[in-house]
Amino acid sequence: MHIVYPAVVSALLFSVGIYGVLARRNTILVLMSVELMLNAVNLNLVAFDVWLGDRLHSGQVLTLFIIVIAAAEVGLGLAIVLALYRNRRTVDIDQLRDLAESDTSGDPAEPAASGGPADLGTSGDPADPSTSDDPASPPARRLGEPAVAGDSAATAQPVRRGGAL
Amino acid sequence: MTEAVPSYLSPTGQEIVFLLLGAVAVGSALLVVTTRQLVHAALWLVVSFGALAGGYLVLTAEFVAWVQVLIYVGAVVVLLLFGIMLTRAPIGRSADLDSGNRWVAAVVAAATAAVLVTMVIDGFRTAYTPLRPGSGAAKELGASVFSTWVLPFEALSVLLLAALIGAIVLSRTDIPGGSPPEQTGGS
Amino acid sequence: MTIFPLLAIALPFVAAFAGLLLSRWPHRRPASTAGPVTGSGANARAAWIAVVPTAAAAVLALWLAWEPGFAFLEGARPGPAVGRTYGTIGTGAIPISLTLQADDLSAILGVLVTLVALAVQVYSVGYLHDDPRYPSYSAFISLFTSAMLLVVYAGDLLVLYVGWEIMGLCSYLLIGHWWEDKGNSRAAIKAFLVTRLGDVGFLFGIFVLGAAAGSFRIADVLAKVPEMSTGTLVAATMLLLAGVAGKSAQVPLHTWLPDAMAGPTPISALIHAATMVAAGIFIVARLFPAFQGARPTLDVLAVLAALGMLGAALAALAQDDLKRVLAYSTISQLSYMAGGLAAGSDSAAIFHLLTHGAFKALLFLCAGAVIHHVGSNLMTQMGGLRRELPVTFVTMTVGFAALAGLPPASGFFSKDELLLAMDHALSGGGLTDAAALLLYGCALATVAVTGAYATRAWLRTFFGAARVVALPEPEPGTAHVIDVREAPRTMLVPIVLLTVPALLLGLAGGLHVDLGVAAIGVVLALLGAGVVYAFWRSDPLADPARLLGPLRVPCEQAFYVDGVYSALFVRPVLALARLVVRTDDVVVDGAVRGSGRSARGLSGLLRLAQNGNVQLYVSGVLAGVLLIVVGAVVFT
Repeated sequence: MHIVYPAVVSALLFSVGIYGVLARRNTILVLMSVELMLNAVNLNLVAFDVWLGDRLHSGQVLTLFIIVIAAAEVGLGLAIVLALYRNRRTVDIDQLRDLAESDTSGDPAEPAASGGPADLGTSGDPADPSTSDDPASPPARRLGEPAVAGDSAATAQPVRRGGAL
Repeated sequence: MTEAVPSYLSPTGQEIVFLLLGAVAVGSALLVVTTRQLVHAALWLVVSFGALAGGYLVLTAEFVAWVQVLIYVGAVVVLLLFGIMLTRAPIGRSADLDSGNRWVAAVVAAATAAVLVTMVIDGFRTAYTPLRPGSGAAKELGASVFSTWVLPFEALSVLLLAALIGAIVLSRTDIPGGSPPEQTGGS
Repeated sequence: MTIFPLLAIALPFVAAFAGLLLSRWPHRRPASTAGPVTGSGANARAAWIAVVPTAAAAVLALWLAWEPGFAFLEGARPGPAVGRTYGTIGTGAIPISLTLQADDLSAILGVLVTLVALAVQVYSVGYLHDDPRYPSYSAFISLFTSAMLLVVYAGDLLVLYVGWEIMGLCSYLLIGHWWEDKGNSRAAIKAFLVTRLGDVGFLFGIFVLGAAAGSFRIADVLAKVPEMSTGTLVAATMLLLAGVAGKSAQVPLHTWLPDAMAGPTPISALIHAATMVAAGIFIVARLFPAFQGARPTLDVLAVLAALGMLGAALAALAQDDLKRVLAYSTISQLSYMAGGLAAGSDSAAIFHLLTHGAFKALLFLCAGAVIHHVGSNLMTQMGGLRRELPVTFVTMTVGFAALAGLPPASGFFSKDELLLAMDHALSGGGLTDAAALLLYGCALATVAVTGAYATRAWLRTFFGAARVVALPEPEPGTAHVIDVREAPRTMLVPIVLLTVPALLLGLAGGLHVDLGVAAIGVVLALLGAGVVYAFWRSDPLADPARLLGPLRVPCEQAFYVDGVYSALFVRPVLALARLVVRTDDVVVDGAVRGSGRSARGLSGLLRLAQNGNVQLYVSGVLAGVLLIVVGAVVFT
């Protein structure tokens, strides 16, 4: 078996994963792309383990470890995505722009304070042509509206508890 | 690895099978990152992972192949599907799954692919190994994991536990002091 | 006795700081004392703190002067100087020796300074008895006295310069005593700046002399004068002359003196009689051998003195403000002394300085009493005061007689000596013929004009109908009390006491009266007085200054010197200052602001990349990694 074959396949797979991470808007799709990249690494490890004939099977064992870690990562990642969705009513990664300094700077609490449904209007940043120029209404708005009633009840719960504490 | 390198122009059956499986994996991966339907992306991911598992089998890593099928196809993708459901993603075609960064991403990814493929071909042109079945069997791998690699294995189990707890803390909203939504960004 | 000069200087100096620091202590609550916040307690304490050390210094100065007496005026050989060197300050080149000494010249001037200062201090107690800033005022007078004594007793040129500069500061502080009025503080600044201008030349003159002599000690410098080249002496004395012109208010740096009338009247007496203006004449007399070695400087001094004495006398004739009349007369009389120095007689100049100090202090204090009484400086609002102020009338008459040079007042003798010296210079002194002729001619003309303006001021103040108009609100620059009675005793006593030297000091010179010159002088003075009297008789209400005819307005404006200076120096400097401000605002600040603005603009461009899109960031990171990898592969 030429080692070049699995190595090239893994390189292509990794590049596809990079494209997915950089180009996809939905956070869950980004997570999938990360899985693709991890699998490319796994393939590399297995191929070189076979090629080197390692007596300790370090390549395959590391593959197993990576699979475990990937499972943990997906679990945590999805938990973060869910928390994000509860707060922002969106999982679109290019609408999460708190890293940038807003022009009405000096009030760092502003984006967080206006979390929830009210954030939809402001987070549709006019500086971003990909959202504001879109003729179709942003998915977050379309998604958020039917969910407001149920989720606001769900999110209102801990707030009340926090206040009681 | 010291044997004479057979010609690339006369591939063995194993190589042909592996290349076909690899093509399926890469192709379905491309579909994952380009499809316009969220659920389809997850399903194409299953295909890609399955093809990769087949590739592992060809490479005589049978235990890894079964673990791949069990964990990735069985667990991770199901988890991702749950995520899609819980975030109320649209079922069906949606036009805006790609961000405005697409062309930059395509350029960067193509450049990465070009660099990696060039270097891999340049570096491992002469690498060749005959495949001997049995080296990746569960018995040998298990012996290796529980003798040489037992300490990382245990550490990994602790990490898994921590990730489990973390995921629970993050996703549950009724744990006081855990992650009250209104305070995560505020402070 | 060697410590007396130091004590005489130190006593007022300590008194100045004690007056500033202690007069309001212990601090009394305003509620316990009725009236002004400071109360009269502070003023009384300050008065004692001011008067007693000055009196002690006067006693010391008298003691120092007892032995030499008026030897300097007799032209006797100088006796030994009494004093001591208190150490030297190494400068790396020529050391500064801290020498204080009293020789013949210093001794008599020390007496003049301390006695006039004492009179002014006592007088001020009454003149400013309810002024809230009296403590600082009296302290500054003490400091002023101390500085002048330092100038007089200094044995080293740089020590002298220290006192010289402190006087400039004190004159600024005291002229601006009523600084609430903008004009007063402007006058103070003007006095300070104009004298500073001369001081620059003075300092460099000291340097030239010191460098040429290898020492700053006055005795050493004078001993080395015969060995110096004429060029060095001319340069040094010309530079010194700038300082002299500044301090002694000689043309062309005289313009500060009339404006300095903005200060309280006792301050005018102090500045005009004893301290500031005397310092310039004193320094020329002190370094007289150096001046005698520099003929061109003496010529310049003679021409300046000639112009100054006649011009200032004419200006005095046209002024309406009593204090400004006296101010211009001071310039005129100082020019007399400068002329006497130029003519080669330092003893005559110092003699006139003494008599002038006595009668000018007397005149100013009397004028202060008049102003105190009337509440105005202007002579148009005076008149007929001889019945209301009999004491002031008599004393001021003596003062005016001395000013005009009428026998037997002191001014007659000293002015006679000066005229005699100028007469000698005409027939073969150190001056060129033209300068000597100009000097003597101007001096004779000035005698007549002096008689005229003295008579005019005397008549318009004390004779004629009473025109007292009490001002509803006393202006700053005038006394704050209007009183129908004679001035208080603290003011009258110094006036009466000063009358004695003003009348009799002329006899001290030894009665070297040249009958011919004296007759010319007296006749000219009486002629001027008679003309004015005739004009006044014809219309007692009108100003006798009308005899000047078309010259009156230029004289009243002091020949527009202020206007010329304003056009030549003040306005260009102001324009330059505005230009600098605008340059600072536009160019310097503009550069700073522009760099800030351009930095913000450029960073605004960079901010476009920082739009918060995480994917863009990661794209950049990965592209960078790729570039590094490619670079590493290609270049290794």
